[in-house]
Amino acid sequence: MTDIILETRNLHRRFTSGGGLLSRRTVIHAVNGVNLQVRRGETLAIVGESGCGKSTLARLLLRLIEASEGQVIYDGRDLTALPGPQMRALRAEMQFIFQDPFSSLNPRMTVETIVGEPLLVHDRLTDAQRRAKVGDLLARVGLRPEHADRFPHEFSGGQRQRISIARALATSPRLLIGDEPVSALDVSVQAQIVNLLEDLKADLGLTLIVIAHDLAVIRHMADRVAVMYLGEVVELAPTEALFTTPRHPYAQALLSAIPVPVPGAGAERQVLGGDLPSPANPPPGCRFHTRCPFATDRCRTERPALADVALGARNGHQVACHHHASIPTPALPTARAGSRSPASERRFALWRAATNTTTNKESTHDHP
Amino acid sequence: MTAAVAAPHPAPKRAPNRAWKKLRANKAALVGTFIVAVFVLLAALAPVLPIADPTATNWGAIRQPPSVTAWLGTDEIGRDIFARMIWGGQASLMAGVVSVAIAVLVGVPFGLVAGYFGGWTDSIIARTTDALLAMPFLILAIALAAFMGPSLTNAMIAIGLSAVPIFIRLTRGQVLAVKTEDYVEGARAIGLGHVRIMARYILPNVLPPIMVQATLTIATAIIAEASLSFLGLGQQPPAASWGSMLNTAKNFLSQAPWMAIWPGTAIFLVVIGFNLMGDGLRDALDPREH
Repeated sequence: MTDIILETRNLHRRFTSGGGLLSRRTVIHAVNGVNLQVRRGETLAIVGESGCGKSTLARLLLRLIEASEGQVIYDGRDLTALPGPQMRALRAEMQFIFQDPFSSLNPRMTVETIVGEPLLVHDRLTDAQRRAKVGDLLARVGLRPEHADRFPHEFSGGQRQRISIARALATSPRLLIGDEPVSALDVSVQAQIVNLLEDLKADLGLTLIVIAHDLAVIRHMADRVAVMYLGEVVELAPTEALFTTPRHPYAQALLSAIPVPVPGAGAERQVLGGDLPSPANPPPGCRFHTRCPFATDRCRTERPALADVALGARNGHQVACHHHASIPTPALPTARAGSRSPASERRFALWRAATNTTTNKESTHDHP
Repeated sequence: MTAAVAAPHPAPKRAPNRAWKKLRANKAALVGTFIVAVFVLLAALAPVLPIADPTATNWGAIRQPPSVTAWLGTDEIGRDIFARMIWGGQASLMAGVVSVAIAVLVGVPFGLVAGYFGGWTDSIIARTTDALLAMPFLILAIALAAFMGPSLTNAMIAIGLSAVPIFIRLTRGQVLAVKTEDYVEGARAIGLGHVRIMARYILPNVLPPIMVQATLTIATAIIAEASLSFLGLGQQPPAASWGSMLNTAKNFLSQAPWMAIWPGTAIFLVVIGFNLMGDGLRDALDPREH
């Protein structure tokens, strides 16, 4: 298939710590045999709780850290085997947006230098050309040209994230990976940045991989979602399929934890027992079996592979669970509407009427 | 891409040199710079100033208190202290600045490489540094100076090399802290090479504490030169340096206190001057502080 821009094959990453004279070496298996295919032009979200290896996976995809095992194929080239100079040249095509906008910009560089830096490496431009291009990029992400002379500390979190995005766009990349690009921002600013990323993706034909733990953001942005648990992808599905019919027990628990802004609709939340097992000592078999309400003996010994939910499933919904066929799909509270009281229903109607008259495309994005 | 470049856009204006502006607004830094400038000027102009011969002895006027003929008095063999102060300033300032320059130029790159690359490179450099730091600074300087032979130049090199481990350790520690910042990983994600990342992303962010350490070490180096001179390993008699003057003066503290007061005051002022200057420079170079 030619529409695959990025693919991982049995990707592993282990971190070792300790191993001194007296301490025992601990090995943390942060990413354990991940096989993913990212289609050109799509938005793929990777979700999971803290410590499940999603940030590690994101860095592996761009070879910001080295893989312990396995391959990352970008456009037919194996990144894990590429020599240094070729890898650096290829970085023009793939860019990264960091979570924390307060530590991802060099405090001693002006915005112009920061955004112009990738151009300095990858494009041969004169100073004047580069300055003009930086001005264009700043305008593109909604900043003013005079911001170019300022330092990062003079900006708010949202503006800093815009600077990061401008820098990421400088070399006209084809693949953009965001490691929780909005989770450090205020909710109102999150919406702006999410909309900006979507507009850019549409205008520039980008492929977007977004790491996130905010399921609302994912539902809004992503075409497909990969759910990770303890370094493994346990479910991979088109966004709507995942949000309506999650098949993996972990994904079901994750989705049932979404707060629903409807009075009286918060029932049936599945609370998982126990804590996330230590990745230094993961359980054998299915890694989720220690917390899974449906676990059997088979789950404790045999690791399930990621496989199609149903034979000939057209939408590519895949799950890694021995018992996915027999586990009931819970009714998710998000599907229910109309349970508002008559009074609140009237107020919503008024509000809807008001927003429709002052038609503003952006403000209606997150309408419930 | 070329279309985007060609698009007309008001090019952002260059920022005025804000570091220089901030330095000028900082009174303490200006005072420090002024003090250092006065001493440097006096030392540099020593050959053309109308002052007495700093080595001419006068056995009829030994240990004279300050007077109209000898402004700052005379020493134990009748030499004019004012002339010796100015000529000695040359030696002391050079010893301070040159030795620290050697220490910074050698120590910072080693610390940078050790901290940035880690692994075996780091182990070798850091363990060697630890071993060198186990020896007292002055003992190391004396040993090196004795090994290279007595002269002011050798003393400066010896003091500089002895101060290298201080800068390696300081730089390495700072690099380890800065290395984990996202912007360093961001630089790699852009496709920058190691040298460029070290020069543009790490060095500027580790420099402030190094600069403060350097100004403090200038003071230490001036005093170390005094000690080496006292042992005959630094400035060679009859040429003067503040340190050697101070060392001689300590034998006559009760009879001729002025012999100690002037070089002591000079060292004190120069050290204060360098420290104020260093603090001001650090603040001026940090874009976050206003």
